[in-house]
Order: sequence, then structure tokens, then C-alpha cells
Amino acid sequence: MGLFDKLKKGLQKTKDILRTDVRDLFKAGEILDDVKLREFEQRLIRTDMGVAASTAIINELKEKHLGRTVVIDEIWGTIRATLIGLLKGDGASTWDPAKPLSPITFAESGPTVILVTGVNGVGKTTSIAKLARFLQVHGKKVVLAAGDTFRAAAVEQLTMWSQRLGCEIVTRPSGTDPASVAYTGCEKGLELNADVVIIDTAGRLQTHKNLMEELTKISRVIAKKIPGGPHERLLVLDATTGQNGISQAKNFGEAIDCTGIVLAKLDGTAKGGVVVAIRQQMGIPVKYIGVGEQIDDLEVFNPETFVDALFTA
Amino acid sequence: MFENLTTSLKGALSVIGRGTLTESNIREGLEAVRQALLEADVNYDIAQQFIEKVTAEAVGEKVLKAVRPDQQIVGIVHQELINLMGPVDHSLHLRRDGITVLMMCGLQGSGKTTTCGKLARMLKEQGKKPMLVAADLQRPAAIEQLRVIGEQIEVPVHTEDPQGNSALKVCQNGMKAAKTAGKIDVLILDTAGRLHVDKQLMQELEQIDTKLQPDQILFVCDAMTGQDAVNSAKAFNEALELDGVILTKLDGDTRGGAALSVKAVTGVPIKFVGVGEQLDRIESFHPERMAGRILGMGDVVSLVERAQQQLNADDMALQQEKLKKGQFTLDDFKNQMGQIRKLGPIKEIMKMIPGMGSLVDSNPDLDAESDMGRIEAILSSMTPNERENPELIDRSRRHRIARGSGTDPAEVNKLLKDFQNMAGMMQRMANLGMRDRLRAVRELADGGMLNPNAEIHKTKERSKRGGGDPIKLREDKKRKRKDAAKQRKKNRR
Repeated sequence: MGLFDKLKKGLQKTKDILRTDVRDLFKAGEILDDVKLREFEQRLIRTDMGVAASTAIINELKEKHLGRTVVIDEIWGTIRATLIGLLKGDGASTWDPAKPLSPITFAESGPTVILVTGVNGVGKTTSIAKLARFLQVHGKKVVLAAGDTFRAAAVEQLTMWSQRLGCEIVTRPSGTDPASVAYTGCEKGLELNADVVIIDTAGRLQTHKNLMEELTKISRVIAKKIPGGPHERLLVLDATTGQNGISQAKNFGEAIDCTGIVLAKLDGTAKGGVVVAIRQQMGIPVKYIGVGEQIDDLEVFNPETFVDALFTA
Repeated sequence: MFENLTTSLKGALSVIGRGTLTESNIREGLEAVRQALLEADVNYDIAQQFIEKVTAEAVGEKVLKAVRPDQQIVGIVHQELINLMGPVDHSLHLRRDGITVLMMCGLQGSGKTTTCGKLARMLKEQGKKPMLVAADLQRPAAIEQLRVIGEQIEVPVHTEDPQGNSALKVCQNGMKAAKTAGKIDVLILDTAGRLHVDKQLMQELEQIDTKLQPDQILFVCDAMTGQDAVNSAKAFNEALELDGVILTKLDGDTRGGAALSVKAVTGVPIKFVGVGEQLDRIESFHPERMAGRILGMGDVVSLVERAQQQLNADDMALQQEKLKKGQFTLDDFKNQMGQIRKLGPIKEIMKMIPGMGSLVDSNPDLDAESDMGRIEAILSSMTPNERENPELIDRSRRHRIARGSGTDPAEVNKLLKDFQNMAGMMQRMANLGMRDRLRAVRELADGGMLNPNAEIHKTKERSKRGGGDPIKLREDKKRKRKDAAKQRKKNRR
């Protein structure tokens, strides 16, 4: 299955909702009124993009089409442009799907360090495995560091993945300071002359201040060993998450200045529309999406494909 | 948020003076409520239905004289939310004889395995003999995770090799193992997380359901779930007929609208909530607290409960006595501060108190945590004798304390002054009744603390004469004194 198909499949539900509804709601020749706008708002809210982003789209529609006779193509154009505009932000962070590694900022020399964070149960470890595989396929040598020393059997979980992937892993016993695991991971990366070191962290809720400070410390310790690191600070976000995703992006962003989001679990019926709101408010771009439970189910995020998959058959 | 809601309600409802609430005069107000619900992740349709219901409820009600219309509407909304999320049923309906089977199900990463451990621990504390079954054969090391949890809480865990095995078999063998082990009275099945659209895996659950006939099927739901909560809950409920819901990860700042959505589509009670990663962090679900949370109101009840758990009651009573007599010393102050800090980050605590939430949001720079840290450092740098008799502290002692705590002598001085004021205020408060005391706290919040010019780090204002630079001023004064002395000498001659 090609990238486009997979993405479309993952977004089937949202697409159905949006497409059928737009056609049902706005028949050519009808006049767009408040009631219809309201019904459309419902569909937008349901994608979890939040009140603010939905309102932005509705206002756009209002301004351009309210009280006029409806031309479906025009409305399509408006919605598509608005969503892509919201997701692209200033346009500096769009990547070429043909170059799957383009979202990652690599170190100029020596190993590139990727720090992966997120709240509990969003799929950090699985995303790391997928990312490692992704990098391996593209000819990079990867070292993993099992920095989740808190949750029971988290280290084992990543170890099992590393065995399947056939890559190096650095582990420490449960309860070790995660910063020291990160440090050893960097050491190992230098020693083996690896291209990428991926560091796992324990899931933490963004309201636990001390745990967020721990992240800052990990980041600091990495920079000591490998100047300029961690080069990528990714936040893994569960696509089912609602408006709390904004708070997650905000707090993790404050702690480690996230460079991007991995949107996991996009293969269910949830659509992760909250990334629109996050992009709008915090400017953190989505870099990769998880579209399944298999190890290859990781794709580069592309706003246009994302929005196109919402609207085209 | 609650403050936002009330302000927008106040604006929208200011036109209603007296008379009754009508559909048109509360429409704008309820729009604010609707937005608040959507922001809290309540499903769109459910929010819509809810608003219609509240409108029906509110229309025709007399505007009460005693309360403002916005308060009245919030009251109605709050009550309706409680009605919707209730009634509560915290029981797991354990059998009197034989083995009760509890089955956990949910999406990936909702917290099933941890919740299994929490439930087992809770049951064990109630004198039951639980056993866990690791039926999650999908995720790497999930079995290992449950085994470690079992060890931590000393509960047996039935595990099998996942290779070529099926979850159904593991559950059946687990049942057998429980029977042969004897004494086991609760069997908890930890199933793999799955998407509700995955037909094959949902069938697997149905098979376990028909073969093992679990007494309770519990749906574990992440409290941070957004609009999709209705879809997954509905699908799981249709496949399995759920008996209860457990809401996890409520220790974050999520407003938890998913609770309302899940309850509305499944109709089954929410039994427990998970409030932390440690295995003892499970609590019974309370609709009134959740309603407050969804609306962004304070949660005083939880605060009080937490206080009761954490604070030493005897200690508090003793201090209360001392307060009344006016014998409150810096030592007591230090103890009390330590106790308050046990409750959690100050900002979190403040958010739980109605009226204080806005204070936190409107002063993002207010770093109560480090302020308290400094105060503690100052107090710890005093000798016990000094804490008992603060009037002992002279210039030299003050300098020593400042050096010891890494602060400024002026800060030490300020603390002592503040303490004097506070001790007086607290003594007055200690002699008030509960009701008056609450009012006093309110007044403090409204007047004193919300006033940006109040005590928090006030910089000294210089008089018009001085140029501002304190060093230069001091030297000027010195010079003038010298000159004056010279002058006096001259005059004497």
C-alpha cells in the first residue's frame, strides 16, 4: 500500500464525515445560513480540532459565503486552504514526502540525538521502534537508550524491539536516573560511531513539575556529552487525545522546546484534529504519523496529503 | 476557566434583572456553557442535548433574589451534570462464594495493566485473594509488566508463553489455575489493548466473554480522550455489554469531558478513577467533583480529602490550640508549611479552591513554589531558640540567617514582619466560627491577594530627593555627616 492510500485509509472516517456532510449540507444553489454553518461546526468539532480552530474555519466560511448562493467547489477551496494554512503555519516547516528523513534535523557531524517524550500510554516505545526501523531502512545506524526506568517492564519492551530490529540498545536497571541512561546512550553512540541515538523516556503527565524538570535535566546532560544535542525533541501525541493535547504540547514545549510531534494511533476512528489547534497556538509541527501496529506503519506527515485525504475520495 | 465561564455568563445575563429566565434571555449564557463543555472534550452531540435539557430546566424558573442569574444557571448546569454522570455504584459486585471474574478492556495505552494492579491491590486490602491473568499477548513485555506488578503487591499472576498461544486459552488456563490454587476469590483478566474497529480482536474479546462469563466487564478509558470517546465506548459496549468504566490519568490537568460522553453513550456507571502512577492511586468516582472539574470549578472536596489523608490530625489540633492562645511560633509556621507542601504543588492546591483558580491563571509569574522554598530556607537557618523567640533576632543574627539561607537580610526582616501580621490575623481567625472563617478567606482572596500591589515582592519606592542609587545615596549621607562634623568643630573654635 502506498503512502497516500494508507493515510487515506486511516483518515477514512473523518473524510466520510466531512465529505458527505459538506455535500449534504451545502447543495448547489442553496443559501448558506447560520443553521447550516452550525451543522458544519459540529463536524469540525468532532475531529477534535477544538473550538478555536473550528471557529476560525467557520468565520472564514461566514465571511466568504454567508447569505450567498452556494457553489460547492468554492467551499471546498475555502476549507482546504484554511486547514492547510493552519497546519503549515508560516510554511517553513513542510517536508518533501519523497525524502522521508527530511523532517529530522541531523547533526553536522557525529551522532544525531533524538529525545522522545510524551504522556503515559501514547505509544512512545512503539513509535521509537518504528522510527528506528525507518532510519535503518534509510541506511542509518541506530542506537537505542531505554530511558524509561520507571514503569514495570518498559526496559524489556524496548529490548524486545531492539532484538527484532537488530540494533544496539543501552539499558540500566529499573530505578536508575534516566539522565544517566541518556548519557550512557550518547557514549555508546559515539563509541560505535552511530548515526542516530534515540532516547526513550518514561511517560509523564505534563502537570508533574518535577518530572518535567527531569526532562530538562536529561536534555542538559545529553548536550554535555554531545554538543548541540538532543537535535530532535519529539513529543508523541495520541490521536484520540482531545483538547488536553494543547496543554501537553505547551508544557512539554516549555520543558524541552519540542521540535516536532509524532501523531500516533491514527488508524482508529480518532483523527487527532488537535494538532491543528497545537499548530495554531504553539507552532509545533507534526513530523510523523503512526498508522498501525506494524513496525513499518510510520509515515512522514504532509499537511496537504492530510487535508486532501480528508476531502478527496 | 470557571472564572471565564462565570464572567461571560455575567455579561450575557446582566440584562435579566427580575422576573423569570426565558429561552431568549439565557441563550447567550448557555452558549458560553456549551463552549466550556466542548473545550472540556464533551462530545458535540451530547453537549448539544445537554444544553437543550438545561434550557428546558431553566426556562420558567424564577430569578432568585439571593443569587445572581449567572450563579443560578451555573447551579442548574452543575446539578444537571451530576444527574447525568450519576447514580454512582462503586461496588464490583463480588460473589459471596466462588471466583468472581473481572475482565478489563480498552484501547491501547489507556492504562489497563496498571489499573489491574491497582484493583488487585485494593481488593487485597479489603481482605480478598485476587489473582491476575496476563492475557495481553500483543504488546512486547506486557506479560512481564504484569508479573512485576504482581510481585510488587504480592498477588499471584498467571502467565503463559505468548508464542502460538491465544488469549482465550490463557484466560481459561488462568481460571483453572485459580481453582487449583484454592483460596483465590477474584480473577482479573488483563486483555490486550485494541482498536474498536479491529473486528478480529474484538471477536477475540467476545469469545473470552462467552467462554468465561466474566461477572464484571470494565472499560478502561483515558480521561484525556477527545470526541472519539463516544465511538470507542459505544463499540466496546455493543460487543461486550460493559458493567462499569474506570477513568484513568485524572491526575493531569484534563477537564475530563470524556466522562460525560462515555456515561451518556454506555449508560454504565463510572466506578473508579486513576489519579497517579503508583499502585495505590485509585479512588471512587464522584459525579459532583467531576462536574466541577468539567466546568473548571474548584474541587474543595478532593482538597479536603487529600488534606485529611496527608496531614496529621493531632498536630493540626495542637496548632489550632496554640493559635487560639496566640502562641503560634515560627516553629509552628515552619511545620505547617511543610504540611501544606505535602499536599502537592501550590498552584495545584490553589486551583482547587474556588476563586483562586483565576489568581493562578492571571499571575503566571507568581512562583509560589520558589517563594516558599526561600521562606523555608530562612526558617531552617534560624536556631530553635530564635524560632521560639523571634524578638531575639538582632542585626548580627539577621545577617547570619541571611548568609545561611542564601537570602538578603531584608528578606529575613520582611519574613519576620509578615509573620507578626499573619500571626495576629490567624489568631483572630482561629476564634471565628467555621462560616466566618470561610468568609474571611474569601475576603482575603478577593481583596488582599487579588490586589496586584499587595505584598508580593514590593519594591521600595525612593523619595523624590534621591537619585535612586542606594550606594550613592549612602555615600552622600556619609559625606554630609562628615561635613557637618567639620562644621561643628569649626564653630567650636
